[in-house]
Amino acid sequence: MSGWEKSAVTLAVFLPAAGALAVALVPRHLDRLIRALGILSSGAALAVGVAILFGFDYGAGRELQFELNTRWIDAINARYHVGLDGISLPLFELTLLLSFLCLVYTWRFLPEPGRPKAFVALTLLLETGMAGTFVAFDLILFFIFWELVLVPMYFLIGIWGSANREYAAIKFFLYTLFGSVFMLLAFLGMFFKGPTPHTFDLLALQEFGAAGGFSRDLQMLLFAGVFLGFAIKVPMWPFHTWLPDAHTEAPTIGSVLLAGILLKMGTYGFVRIALPVLPDAARAWAPAIGVLAVIAIVYAALACLAQRDLKRLIAFSSVGHMGFVMLGIATLSDIGINAAIFGMVAHGIITGMLFFEVGSIYDRYHTRMIADIGGGMLQKIPWLAGLFAYTAIASLGLPGLAGFWGEVMALLSAYNPSGAVSEWTTLFRTLMVFGGIGTILTAGYFLWMLQRVNLGTVPDRWRDVPIPDVTRVELVAWAPLLVGILLLGVFPRAVLGVTNEAVEALVRVFGG
Amino acid sequence: MTVQNPLIDYHAIAPEMVMAGAIFVVLTADLFLPRERKWVAMPLAFLGALGALVATLTLAGEERATFGGSYVVDGFAVLFKVFFTVAAMVVLAISFRYVREGRFYQGEYYFLILCSFLGMLTIVSSRDLLMLFISLELVSAPGFLLAGFRKGDPRSNEAAIKFFLIGVLSSAVMLYGMSLVYGVTGSLRLEEIAARLPEAGESNVVLAAVLFVVAGFAFKVSSFPFQFWAPDTYEGSPVPVAAYLSVASKAAGFAGLLQLMFVAFLPVAEFWAPIFGVLALFTMTLGNLVALQQRQVVRLLAYSSIAQAGYMLVPFALAGFSPEVDRAALSAAVLYLLIYGVMNLGAFAVVVAVAREAPGVLVADFAGLAQRAPALAVSLAAFLLSLAGIPPLAGFWAKFFIFTAAIDRGGLGPWLAAALVVNSVISVVYYVAVIRPMFFEPAPQPVRPLRASALLTAVVVVAALTVLAVGVFPDLFADFPARATLVAGS
Repeated sequence: MSGWEKSAVTLAVFLPAAGALAVALVPRHLDRLIRALGILSSGAALAVGVAILFGFDYGAGRELQFELNTRWIDAINARYHVGLDGISLPLFELTLLLSFLCLVYTWRFLPEPGRPKAFVALTLLLETGMAGTFVAFDLILFFIFWELVLVPMYFLIGIWGSANREYAAIKFFLYTLFGSVFMLLAFLGMFFKGPTPHTFDLLALQEFGAAGGFSRDLQMLLFAGVFLGFAIKVPMWPFHTWLPDAHTEAPTIGSVLLAGILLKMGTYGFVRIALPVLPDAARAWAPAIGVLAVIAIVYAALACLAQRDLKRLIAFSSVGHMGFVMLGIATLSDIGINAAIFGMVAHGIITGMLFFEVGSIYDRYHTRMIADIGGGMLQKIPWLAGLFAYTAIASLGLPGLAGFWGEVMALLSAYNPSGAVSEWTTLFRTLMVFGGIGTILTAGYFLWMLQRVNLGTVPDRWRDVPIPDVTRVELVAWAPLLVGILLLGVFPRAVLGVTNEAVEALVRVFGG
Repeated sequence: MTVQNPLIDYHAIAPEMVMAGAIFVVLTADLFLPRERKWVAMPLAFLGALGALVATLTLAGEERATFGGSYVVDGFAVLFKVFFTVAAMVVLAISFRYVREGRFYQGEYYFLILCSFLGMLTIVSSRDLLMLFISLELVSAPGFLLAGFRKGDPRSNEAAIKFFLIGVLSSAVMLYGMSLVYGVTGSLRLEEIAARLPEAGESNVVLAAVLFVVAGFAFKVSSFPFQFWAPDTYEGSPVPVAAYLSVASKAAGFAGLLQLMFVAFLPVAEFWAPIFGVLALFTMTLGNLVALQQRQVVRLLAYSSIAQAGYMLVPFALAGFSPEVDRAALSAAVLYLLIYGVMNLGAFAVVVAVAREAPGVLVADFAGLAQRAPALAVSLAAFLLSLAGIPPLAGFWAKFFIFTAAIDRGGLGPWLAAALVVNSVISVVYYVAVIRPMFFEPAPQPVRPLRASALLTAVVVVAALTVLAVGVFPDLFADFPARATLVAGS
């Protein structure tokens, strides 16, 4: 293997961190230089990511590619093991893209109280944590990257958030931390009860788990541990209460990255760790996860109908969309898990975009209340309103746009779940029906939202206020996402073609 | 055993001799220095500590014994001597401006600090009860005086008198326990005690003896139920002294306790290990819950250090199960002490800087510190998050290794691990309560930069970088305790 293949992933992960360090050393009054450094270092990471796309062997998506496995902590036999397979590649690329776009957006938009130096450095640090999570193939390494995300996000929400930011920040911090310590406990359980010599290596543990190395009782216990960690991050109902607060109070960039990537860390954890290492427990837990997922879908839709704050509405819609992802995972079937990964990517692009737009609307109206905006956006700022409508319609799952495939495939898989959970087929089919009702409600609240903010006449209070339409920086930052929404809608193979091989290899342990 | 030792192995006690020499130089120099030049005592003391460090490094990798085997140089001793000499330099560095501007008796101050550190150097080499006791008293006695060094302030007087009375009481209890141990085993040497204790069986006298000794040490490390002196004493003492008490003096207590428990009393571990489990549980929970209420940063750090002591007691509760677990537990405890020393000294250093302008050091005084002194604020945030155990900072690994040892131990272990985890999450709340105003609240107008001395800033930045570096590459530190094998003397 060439040096490039060994170092590419590491390079992409740590370039942003290096950028953060560079930013920290620049005097704080060089505002432009700081923001340029942010764009530059995340852009460099993205460039590496694109190069990886060209070097990736799509015919061998189940194999770990761009792998690097070297010593790290000898005392506990934890290794620096990173790599990409068909499951991690889409999420990894999504991370690099969204982070880059966020930093481009920062070129022009920075919420109160300014302080670009800290803002850019924290965002870059966040990027390293997120990207690292999707490439780590050692449980300790995974955990470190996972936790690395916490502190920067805490500060992003706490310093640059809106009115209730401090409460939201600490709630986010404590909630996620609480979940992840149980995850760590479970990881240690895998370490001590796993293969000898003890190892944190994910591939070794998967092999061990697939061969039935962990007893069923132990699996149930370990699954409970990782479930708490992942489910809080997703978040699954009833662990979702941190999300509306965090998303609503976070600055635009924070919301975009939270919704776009952080949530996926949880669902990715299920696919990457919980399912393959603990297959028996996954089988036993699957119906429960499915039920929780569908509750989330319906609950979130109902909650959205009751929201008056635009941003909070989008935040709650995330709970519902992640419900579809979890439903797909719960079926343990190849269609379901493919749907889940597709859903993650689609949700990352669409909801990331929605938060960008809501941020821009707030920037212009200085309010997020639907009633205060009062309609007429299509007349007042036709471009922004049009894009908002386009994204919202993608989010409600219109065929031909990205949101469609994840939902419909998840429902499809619930009709025909994996043989491993065949005794629950009736339950899953019932869940499918409720999930279907959820999609109708989803369409309902999105269309109603559009009706209230986009249509109608411009209210008096805004009539004479000059409100600029989409700016150039916004267009540049958004264009890739807007194109991506359409592209994934008409050409879902762009993601499914990458994931399918790896997913099929994964579900083999469930006999399907 | 007829090992042909020279009567005294001078190389083995070289660090102590250098330190003792520095003590005399500092005290004598102070007599002849004019008032405005009294500060020169600090560089002299610093050089003494540096010399002791160099002397210690020449002993690295060696195993020596002298004074008939009651004084030993081994991996454990060398590691801790390095730790204590570095800690001494840090304490001296953060004291410098504080003591100079605070109209203290500078010569005496540095003299007392060095005396206490001399005790720490000897405690980690002591392999008999008498040496241990004398060393421990040498550590504590200057502490009593230092705590009362702000003579004008009644709270400082209270700090000293509380510290003194409880300290003397616990010493007496410990000494009584040691006399019982001698009565049962007929020896003061740790490894002979270990050999003879099983013969004595689980008689009540043995149990009482161990309990008394443990109680004495519980005071030194501010473990429940002997923790209540710590917050009052820390608050009343000069801030650098609080730093020294919470790190160096506590670490000395732990070092002594480790030798006693993992060498002398190991054969009866099944009796005392559960007691430590209970102590650990109560100490960490009580420290954390009370810390939640604190509005004064030194008090907050005092309760935090009680909670940290609770975590460090967990490895003791794991002892006596199997040699592997014993080794893992001992390493975990040693590693925790090392990392705790770095992060807590760093945190206190920042508090010293803030205390210069706001002697009350309330949490509110930290408002806007990120604007006034970005380097100090970021570093303090790193220390506090590290104390809370957030990766990728050093404190995470400190907890992690205790955690793994506990899970490996089975039985009570995982429950203690769970308690440790829950407590860590609780602790985040009060650590973040200090971080919050630094970053989220504006500095009082007009914004003035906080001027910390270059020496102090350097100490803080180096400590912060260490916390981060060890966080990313724990092998930087995790390798040391493995070498810190206890040799019982020959």
